[in-house]
Amino acid sequence: MTEPVPAAVGANASPAPKDLAARYGLAQSGARPTLTAYIKALWGRRHFIVEYARARNQAQYTDTALGQVWQILTPVLNAAVFYLIFGILLKTSRGVHNYISFLVVGVFIFTYTQRAVLSGSRSIAGNLGLVRALHFPRATLPLASTVMELQQLLVSVAVLCVIVLATGEPLTLKWLLLIPALLLQTLFNCGLALIFARITSRVRDMEQLLPFALRTWMYASGVFFVIHTFAQTVPLAAQVVLKGNPAAVYIELVRGSLMSSHPAALYEWPLAVFWAVATFAVGFVYFWRAEEQYGRG
Amino acid sequence: MAVADRASIREGTVRTGSYGQEGDRVPTVVVDDLHVVYRVARGGAGGNAAASLLQVIQHKPRQVVTEVHAIRGLTFTAYRGEAIGVVGRNGSGKSTLLRAVAGLLPPASGAVYTEGQPSLLGVNAALMDTLSGERNVVLGCLAMGMSPGEVTARYDEIVAFADIPDEAIQRQMNTYSSGMAAKLRFAIASAKTHDVLLVDEALATGDAAFRRRSDQRIKELREAAGTVFLVSHNLEIIRATCQRALWVDEGTLRMDGPADEVIDAYERAYK
Repeated sequence: MTEPVPAAVGANASPAPKDLAARYGLAQSGARPTLTAYIKALWGRRHFIVEYARARNQAQYTDTALGQVWQILTPVLNAAVFYLIFGILLKTSRGVHNYISFLVVGVFIFTYTQRAVLSGSRSIAGNLGLVRALHFPRATLPLASTVMELQQLLVSVAVLCVIVLATGEPLTLKWLLLIPALLLQTLFNCGLALIFARITSRVRDMEQLLPFALRTWMYASGVFFVIHTFAQTVPLAAQVVLKGNPAAVYIELVRGSLMSSHPAALYEWPLAVFWAVATFAVGFVYFWRAEEQYGRG
Repeated sequence: MAVADRASIREGTVRTGSYGQEGDRVPTVVVDDLHVVYRVARGGAGGNAAASLLQVIQHKPRQVVTEVHAIRGLTFTAYRGEAIGVVGRNGSGKSTLLRAVAGLLPPASGAVYTEGQPSLLGVNAALMDTLSGERNVVLGCLAMGMSPGEVTARYDEIVAFADIPDEAIQRQMNTYSSGMAAKLRFAIASAKTHDVLLVDEALATGDAAFRRRSDQRIKELREAAGTVFLVSHNLEIIRATCQRALWVDEGTLRMDGPADEVIDAYERAYK
């Protein structure tokens, strides 16, 4: 062994590193950007977000014999299973006009939020390799995961429209309301994905817990039953919670637009806007505040 | 690398003079008493399920993640035009240092100041094996922050550089030979120029012809970049391409100086 040669004559000599950095206008590496700079950087990555989501969706089915057909088959099978159990075996359909459409809308719309939360929560924790290799605004990942689920949803909605028409609902101008309803739900889902991406990046146990929480949420969201009929039987506080539940609101709005037999209540639009904007704003800021920490794991 | 090249680099070494002294040189990376701690999940900690449950019931704290104190107080300044080799044994903190300089791992204390955004050379993590080579070129370039227009403009050049036949570029990447995949990955990663370029070793892949071209490409990137950091276990590459070297040992800076001197000392220590 040789004598260790004293390290770094330079760095310790003359000006302090911090002052030297300041004099030459060097910026702190990996420091969290301001919120406006962050939004700008994220906007610059919009093409990556879309391409990454598309690529992930396609990569998902490449090993299967049916390939992309699964994008359509999955929602169809889902609808079939729920119809078999709730429509035929349990006969929950009594009292609901056009129960098949009612049920399938509920399942598909809730599944969108459910999957967005789940894949959002994995988007940082499951991509640590990417986070530690390339520099990009980290919100790219939870947003891409929501876009990925949105692409799945659009296929489901196509299936949905066929089912709704086949069960005798008329095609009306109200169908156009589907667009704002899904846009608002997407904004809401992005917010949740951002929130759970940050939580799961530090507490991995969240990933195990989420499926149970989401299932509970589903049973309370009027997927299988008419929430307004059910709400009449419970105390006022519970009524407010049941009817104000964002998942229930988005489901009701889609039902209202596609099914003339099931119009949406008027209060549901402002509520849908509120949940979308509030959740997205809170989620975005909450996620951004840990921006520099995500590489740590 | 040719002898003439090496000689000219040596001259450069002489001209830049003593290390870390204030002169007319412009600092591009200032690392100030840097500490980095990262967390690794401990797989299978706590034995079987029953034992784990017992631990929870007995309120025994279960350590789910291990904290690794990878960098322990590093300070140095890098200047524009420098190519700096980073040497050290496995697990000494070389790659962690590069990631911290790139801002990918947050400092536990201390700070890293840089000019512009330093980038690690490498896009492997963004690519998807089950997609075609073509899709991966687009995905990789977008991941590095190129606009769709830039991607279209660079596409042919990237594929030509990687030397992938037309028929193969449409196939899934997991059907490629390992050499072909490595070439394509390198071609994508090196398609962009950077202010501060960080190169982690294992770049020399592929056949001899490709290696010559990739050496040439790295040289061009180095020339275009303000400052280059090169991590490698191949000491001859560092001697040939870097004027200055850092010897990192257990997360601290053991030595900082002219590449030849540092590598001589490093070799004496471990041979």
